[in-house]
Amino acid sequence: MAEKSGAAILCDCLVRQGVEFVFGYPGGAVLPIYDELFSDNRIRHILVRHEAGAAHAAEGYARSTGKPGVVLVTSGPGATNAITGIADAFMDSIPLVVITGQVATNLIGTDAFQEADTIGLTRHCTKHNYLVKDPADLAATIEEAFEIATTGRPGPVVIDIPKNVQVASANGDQAPQRPKRYNPQVAAPEHDIVRAVEMLAEASRPVLYTGGGIINSGARATELLRELQALTGAPVTSTLMGLGAFPSDHPDWLGMLGMHGTYEANMAMNQCDLMVCIGARFDDRVTGRLDAFSPESKKIHIDIDRASINKVVHVDLPLIGDCAHVLDQLVSAWGDRKAADLGEWKARIADWKKRDSLAYPKQSKSGAIMPQRAIERLYELTRDRDPIVSTEVGQHQMWAAQYFGFDKPNRWLTSGGLGTMGYGMPAAIGAQLGNPDRLVIDIAGEASIQMNIQEMGTASQFRLPIKVFILNNEYMGMVRQWQELTYESRYSNSYSDSLPDFVKMAEAYGWKGIRIEDESQLDARIEAMMAHDGPVMVDCQVAQEANCFPMIPSGAAHTEMLLYGDMVAGTMDDEAKALV
Amino acid sequence: MKIQHRQTERHVLTITVDNEAGILAKIAGLFTARGYNIDSLTVADITEDHAVSRITIVTNGPPPVIDQIIAQLERLIPVHKVTDLSEIGPHLERELALVKVAGDENTCTEARNVAEASNARVIDSSPGILIVELTDTPDRIDNFIGLMRDRGLVEVGRTGIVGMTRGAESA
Repeated sequence: MAEKSGAAILCDCLVRQGVEFVFGYPGGAVLPIYDELFSDNRIRHILVRHEAGAAHAAEGYARSTGKPGVVLVTSGPGATNAITGIADAFMDSIPLVVITGQVATNLIGTDAFQEADTIGLTRHCTKHNYLVKDPADLAATIEEAFEIATTGRPGPVVIDIPKNVQVASANGDQAPQRPKRYNPQVAAPEHDIVRAVEMLAEASRPVLYTGGGIINSGARATELLRELQALTGAPVTSTLMGLGAFPSDHPDWLGMLGMHGTYEANMAMNQCDLMVCIGARFDDRVTGRLDAFSPESKKIHIDIDRASINKVVHVDLPLIGDCAHVLDQLVSAWGDRKAADLGEWKARIADWKKRDSLAYPKQSKSGAIMPQRAIERLYELTRDRDPIVSTEVGQHQMWAAQYFGFDKPNRWLTSGGLGTMGYGMPAAIGAQLGNPDRLVIDIAGEASIQMNIQEMGTASQFRLPIKVFILNNEYMGMVRQWQELTYESRYSNSYSDSLPDFVKMAEAYGWKGIRIEDESQLDARIEAMMAHDGPVMVDCQVAQEANCFPMIPSGAAHTEMLLYGDMVAGTMDDEAKALV
Repeated sequence: MKIQHRQTERHVLTITVDNEAGILAKIAGLFTARGYNIDSLTVADITEDHAVSRITIVTNGPPPVIDQIIAQLERLIPVHKVTDLSEIGPHLERELALVKVAGDENTCTEARNVAEASNARVIDSSPGILIVELTDTPDRIDNFIGLMRDRGLVEVGRTGIVGMTRGAESA
């Protein structure tokens, strides 16, 4: 019976879980673990520059590889800095295991140096959390943490380990068996599947409304979605998180739905007679005004999380289970039925598509590049390389979702639920580590990028050739857009003053810096960005006044979309102002 | 603009959980984080090895919110089972109250008579002071306390309810 320190047990457990990378930052309360890592070459530690970067990098790694991301941070400020990333992973159902150091057990509760109540602070932004008070409990805890993080609806799990527990020893050879207590339901009851297939076969105006749950469920879910669509002929729309599950060049693809979704996607949601929600959760960004949401449809909701059922929209038939499993059940139960004639429905959709809701003026007032144009060119010039794209949060994020095409899962990394500025660059770092031979691009805004700009050093240190493509309009563009719409263009604090010279900053970190000031430079400099074997930061200066359309204003229904040019600077009543 | 309020109904939930550190904070915190109400909460371990606790929560909310509360509770890893006693039908609810009364001899005698008539038990008495214990439904405890208000009531302590279904199956 070999005794090992808690820190050694932790490292052994991580290796047993197949962990390749740990994203972390050392500090007093994790020094025993860092000393263990010093001589352990089975795990590669990626030193970030701020703990938020560690959590987002782990998210990018997880989202792009399907494997859990692992984070290691110290107590107190290490843990509190990581919380934004933990909350982000919780909202977007990203599997993370976050190890936080804690002050020694005898000091807990004494306001010790760098003490924070990590368990209390992370209670409502984790799927589960643990304070481990005995090294003998570590192995079983870590095993369960990985299982909880990666199965069911994935999410972040925090393991808080006091410093004396890292130093003290216990029998480290085998994990004591703990009875399995987490058993999410993966298959839906067969009679419900039969009913769902009947509803699908009878529908004359069906729509498949897909979300991030399909991506989380794995590549098989994406294939099965395409099979179900081929069998039924139903048109497909997706949330922001679900992009890539269905090919964007398919004739039955409606585009993204919701606040900045296409006209045809939102009209189809409004007018359908059957909505099949697959791994999505009726977010307020998707539904618009709830009392006007899809008034005539029957609704089927496939979700592994029972708490998502009937949370905001009442559904007629819940199918609780894993997307891949339930889609497989549906495809099997469909058998050799023939698809209903959807000709009339497809004709209506074709009419909506004629509105060309993603059209935008090709020329800006100042002659500067239209940001939509920049994304379109970036997509056209990089699509052959099958890139992985991350984003920050704001207008550029919506433009990337609208104008960059995705046809495979795990290529699109964005902060959907929490809307975390500063997510994109660390996420790109994590994705590049998990996919060393792939082109990884962070589409950013000049404001968001500054929120985790320090991670440039991480990319330099680990020689990660990520490309950061900044749409620089010198405004927190989405804030400015809302101020135009709701507050009569009073631009309260939304101007990006005192910007750094991004090209010089790139050079200072050993990156290549490229500036694009005119449309004539666009293609050549995107090519130059891709040609450089190393990290590149592109400062693409775009039209300041460009706004993100189409748009469902807050408090409006799917049928009340604004298309380009519809928006007038104005004000809104208090009911609308109170909505985010 | 005015804040809208919705019609609510009262539900009694029993929750069996792993008796681990922080579980009560997790459950109570879930209610505050998501804006649910707690009217009363009781908790104690119920197995020989002290590994499992039973929590009884009285909550109120519109029916869809009650469904959400149950689903959200079931999502917590240490939660084994949630039962909505109000939903499954016939069930019993009991609560224990301690009531202290002080006053002159007349007041105390009157209080003692009311207590006896209400099946409350006098558990302590000294000149001018009476402490009675009543185990009953929350409504009847409310009534009893109402009666004592005019009879020298100085202090009330209540446990919050525990509940149980009437059939052979366990909640």
